[in-house]
Amino acid sequence: MQRILVSIKRVIDYNVRVRVRPDGAGVVTDGVKMSINPFDEIALEEALRIRERGAAQEVVVLSIGTDDAQQQLRNALAMGADRAILIKTDQALEPAAIARAMLAIIEREQPFLVILGKQAIDDDCNQTGQMLAALWDRPQATFASKLELEGGKARVTREVDAGLEVIEVELPAVCTTDLRLNEPRYIKLPDIMKAKKKPLDVVALASLGLEIAPVLTTLKYEPPPQRRKGVMVKDAAELVAALRQKGLV
Amino acid sequence: MNRILIIAEHLDGKLNAAVAKCVSCAAAIPDADIGIAVFAADGAAVAAAAAAIAGVSRVLLVQNPANEPALAAVLAPQVAELAAGHSHVFGPSTTFGKDLMPRVAALLGAPQLSDVMAVESATRFRRPVYAGNAIATVEAPAGRQLVATVRVASFQAAAAGGTAAVEKQTLNVALPSHTRFVSVSAARSDRPDLQTAARVVSGGRALGSKENFALIQRLADRLGAAIGASRAAVDAGYAPNELQVGQTGKIIAPELYVAIGISGAIQHLTGIKDARTIVAINKDAEAPIFEVADYGLVGDLFSLIPEIEKNL
Ligand SMILES: Cc1cc2nc3c(=O)[nH]c(=O)nc-3n(C[C@H](O)[C@H](O)[C@H](O)COP(=O)(O)OP(=O)(O)OC[C@H]3O[C@@H](n4cnc5c(N)ncnc54)[C@H](O)[C@@H]3O)c2cc1C
Ligand SMILES: Nc1ncnc2c1ncn2[C@@H]1O[C@H](COP(=O)(O)O)[C@@H](O)[C@H]1O
Repeated sequence: MQRILVSIKRVIDYNVRVRVRPDGAGVVTDGVKMSINPFDEIALEEALRIRERGAAQEVVVLSIGTDDAQQQLRNALAMGADRAILIKTDQALEPAAIARAMLAIIEREQPFLVILGKQAIDDDCNQTGQMLAALWDRPQATFASKLELEGGKARVTREVDAGLEVIEVELPAVCTTDLRLNEPRYIKLPDIMKAKKKPLDVVALASLGLEIAPVLTTLKYEPPPQRRKGVMVKDAAELVAALRQKGLV
Repeated sequence: MNRILIIAEHLDGKLNAAVAKCVSCAAAIPDADIGIAVFAADGAAVAAAAAAIAGVSRVLLVQNPANEPALAAVLAPQVAELAAGHSHVFGPSTTFGKDLMPRVAALLGAPQLSDVMAVESATRFRRPVYAGNAIATVEAPAGRQLVATVRVASFQAAAAGGTAAVEKQTLNVALPSHTRFVSVSAARSDRPDLQTAARVVSGGRALGSKENFALIQRLADRLGAAIGASRAAVDAGYAPNELQVGQTGKIIAPELYVAIGISGAIQHLTGIKDARTIVAINKDAEAPIFEVADYGLVGDLFSLIPEIEKNL
């Protein structure tokens, strides 16, 4: 079966103003809205469109985390994924560990395409897809803004610093999404009902037989330095005069 | 001694300005011995430029036609091979470095720190998380290789005046053939580069159309500035993707940043926090951009831009 695997991370919603906890041990999560990482929503949307075009038969979503991530997986099923897998762990894992856990599922599921977000908006690492591609020994097409499949290959347009780059990779391959790849669909109410009946497998991380221990230690979190509030100027002339005085124009 | 290898980014025979900033980051590590690796088809000019950065001990030049245009899957096994004997492997936090370095880290079985903004010791670094809403201090294990990308906006370029030797290296690694470069479309212009410009003028959704975005270009030209854009302006097609400033675009640190018709979402602000002076022009006096602006001007951009030009 032609299968696409999409990773789904549960993160603090992008609209939340994240605050550091007073003890510096993390950020405030109590009562904070959690969502699918926005880049992963884009990844899922792309997989669904490929399936709807007939170029894939099944879209499987995968999350690694606590039981709470089932909510995001249910939302992914409501968006249209066929089934979901939760690798359950209470440990916060680094990208390298996530990549290894994903690889274990890839070996089972044999997808021809794995789509991840380019970056999780909590840790902002931008690592997991590239690490997965290396461990799997397959091509990577990162920061994708266009993805075309043709005869065992993917032609991917990538958002790079210089502009847009096009590369061609043999399948199976790893792709990570950028913002312009697509606009994810909204979930409709009946889909939420339907999603309840779709399969969601919970697998204990320990059952994968990986030795995963944290390598990096976060010692503390601090709020960023604040910029001093500036002044309001009354018109263009005053603005230009102020900038001129500072030697900026 | 801490032996640090920096992977050079370059294009059309020119060394990327981010490399000298990576050198500054590496030099902040105690007892640093800094090498730069240049992977190129014909890299003599790039290697010479790298050797001229102060503080660099050696430049390792690996020439192979397969190395240009750069593909992460092709470079990564070579970098991993060359990294032997190094304690740290650094790359710039540009799309080149972001694509390449995690692949290298996985091949080395090493952890990676992304967007290093400050060095506290050879194993302790600071980096932004949650779109810059928090700064994490992270400790890496001693005695183990560490891969990192350097948040270039946080470091000044290392000075010129270095005289490092260039050593040609031949690597015996199998290169994959599963990835092929097809093309790159870059809008070439005489305008300053967004990532290194001293002045940047950015436009947001308020511009309303690609045609109107020309107002931003005109003002930028008058100021000798680079052009930037918010995500909304890029999504709407007013500006190309490479001009997006922010958490998931470019992080910049110009002397002057002028935000026009940009509301100041956290994802945008994280890209401009290190700008020396921020100017905001917005018709909504409550827009969050004014909380970070050194100079705020409330009003309609369509009348204010021409007035600013008149006063210049
Ligand atoms: C995962 C993720 C990543 C993101 N990454 C980025 C990123 O890297 N960079 C980024 O910029 N955004 C990013 N965003 C988007 C961000 O959240 C905002 O949606 C975006 O920055 C808004 O762009 P804007 O300020 O141009 O538009 P708006 O928020 O719509 O603001 C337009 C502003 O223009 C003002 N205005 C309207 N008309 C006029 C006028 N005539 N004269 C003067 N002012 C006027 C309005 O008052 C308003 O403040 C990201 C979002 C997500 C979810
Ligand atoms: N715990 C997780 N569960 C599922 N996917 C994840 C997890 N962590 C990271 N990913 C995937 O990896 C991408 C990049 O994450 P990162 O490298 O942490 O920035 C995310 O967009 C997700 O698609």
